[in-house]
Amino acid sequence: MLAFELLLQGLVQGSIYALIAVGLTLVYGLLRILHVAHAGLFTLGGYIGVLITNATGSLALALLVAMPAMGLLGVAIYRTCYEPLLGRPPYVALIASIGLFIMMEELFRLIFGPYGISFTAPPLQNTVAVLGVNLKEAELATMIGGIVLIGGLALLTLRTRIGTASRATVTDPKMAEAFGVNIARIRDINFFVGSALAASAGVMVALLNNLVEPTMGSVPSYKALAIIVLGGLGDLRGTLIAALALGVIEAFGTIYLGNLLDRDAIAFAFLIAVLMLRPQGLFGKG
Amino acid sequence: MAYEITLLTAMGIAVIFALSLNLITGFCGQISLGHAAFYGIGAYCAAMITKSGLPFPLALAAGFLLAGAIGTVVGIASLRVRHDFLAITTMGVGFLFLGIVRQQDFLGGEMGLSGIPSSGLSKPAFMTLVLVIAAAVATFSIYLKRSWMGYVFDSVADDEDTARMMGIDVSRYKLVAFAMGTALAGLAGGLYAHNIRFIDPESFGFVESITVLAMVVVGGIGSVWGVILAAAVLSVMPLWLQFISDYKLLLYGALLFAVMRFSPNGMAGMVTAILRRSKTTGTGGKA
Repeated sequence: MLAFELLLQGLVQGSIYALIAVGLTLVYGLLRILHVAHAGLFTLGGYIGVLITNATGSLALALLVAMPAMGLLGVAIYRTCYEPLLGRPPYVALIASIGLFIMMEELFRLIFGPYGISFTAPPLQNTVAVLGVNLKEAELATMIGGIVLIGGLALLTLRTRIGTASRATVTDPKMAEAFGVNIARIRDINFFVGSALAASAGVMVALLNNLVEPTMGSVPSYKALAIIVLGGLGDLRGTLIAALALGVIEAFGTIYLGNLLDRDAIAFAFLIAVLMLRPQGLFGKG
Repeated sequence: MAYEITLLTAMGIAVIFALSLNLITGFCGQISLGHAAFYGIGAYCAAMITKSGLPFPLALAAGFLLAGAIGTVVGIASLRVRHDFLAITTMGVGFLFLGIVRQQDFLGGEMGLSGIPSSGLSKPAFMTLVLVIAAAVATFSIYLKRSWMGYVFDSVADDEDTARMMGIDVSRYKLVAFAMGTALAGLAGGLYAHNIRFIDPESFGFVESITVLAMVVVGGIGSVWGVILAAAVLSVMPLWLQFISDYKLLLYGALLFAVMRFSPNGMAGMVTAILRRSKTTGTGGKA
């Protein structure tokens, strides 16, 4: 039974990773930029979620505000920070992004205080039994939310004109442009969708821990980078599988490898082990 | 005077550390986001050796060699991947180092190692030692940059595939740069451990890796003088900025972002641009 419980815990954590990493992959696939500051939007999303829930008592309203607001902020970051750097070597945008992320974390600390904030009346804290395992409602909601949002994203990319245009742009931007795809708009949409998903993950983590703090984005940020590398950089399906796999591996690893490595190192040990065998990532091509 | 000595010692160590990364990232073009791990390996190794009663020079040498040896092994493994993959892999190495050290009781775990014996040198003598080593590393860097190996590194940094086509054994030279850079980081770590005489995992974390990368990048990737200047300024900036200590990291992030956004070639690039502009206006006047 322990194994099943660990599996479920791993999948909850994996859903969070997936929601963050999907946005990073969208950005990487399109622009070849490692968007570290993405996790800043995840953190801010969490803050907005807690503040609005505390003010109005409605978690749904909080999500409805946090997601589009972070989506727009994501687009603004792209326009002001990354667009001018597109022709530069890749490390330029990477380091700019790290600088931006440090700034964001510091701003959160200065504005919201160093100790973080909590829900005054935390929603979804009852436990429910799922196949004999007790889960918090928040954990269940995280899993379902993850499935719904990522399923929606899959529908969007596979079944709509915008999705087709986006996939075409990832494969060959010049050709896509020649066929009349508005590349600038595709990039905006990708940043919007990815950032909105990160915000939803922020709200979910706030629910799970009943706490948002300025640095809550750091570890997920670096892990999400590991995940998109594992997934083969820019590959949506690979990213999804890698995120869930990492969540599960961490859940088991913490129990069985806990006195050798700490939780965060397990992710990177796994990453390095995989890259040694497959330098192009688990699901990368060639 | 004591304050200036502390300041100069910290500056000297930062310069050695930054120049060590400059060999890898600046000369050879391989981005590392986990360089602090090798700084940490040198620090922990040197500290363990003097703690067991062996002499300080031996400890420095051991830190240098162990960091270089582990760096070579990591290099063999991680140089199979390129560009962004390499950046993330080296970042992983940094986290792996922290994760392992935190769980080892004989390395002090989360609490770190305190009571590291003194180097046996007086403060001014220790400062002199640090500055002499820093000068030696700087001279070595300049010499290396102008040697044939410097040109090989340049070609690898510029365009790996073309370099390979010209018959250059790219992996071998990357590995050489990696071994030299990590060994020198280990040396800097040994000096750091005996300067502060207390080390803990947090001193060698991701922030430290980014800080040293910032020194290289703000100075101007590959420019020895730029990197020395940036390392000196950025290492003491937190001390000068005590009065705004609450906004220190904010300013740091902003600086990193602003340099990349407005002058991606760093301070060295800025100076070159200004010199070139004054030269062209000079000839323009003549014509």
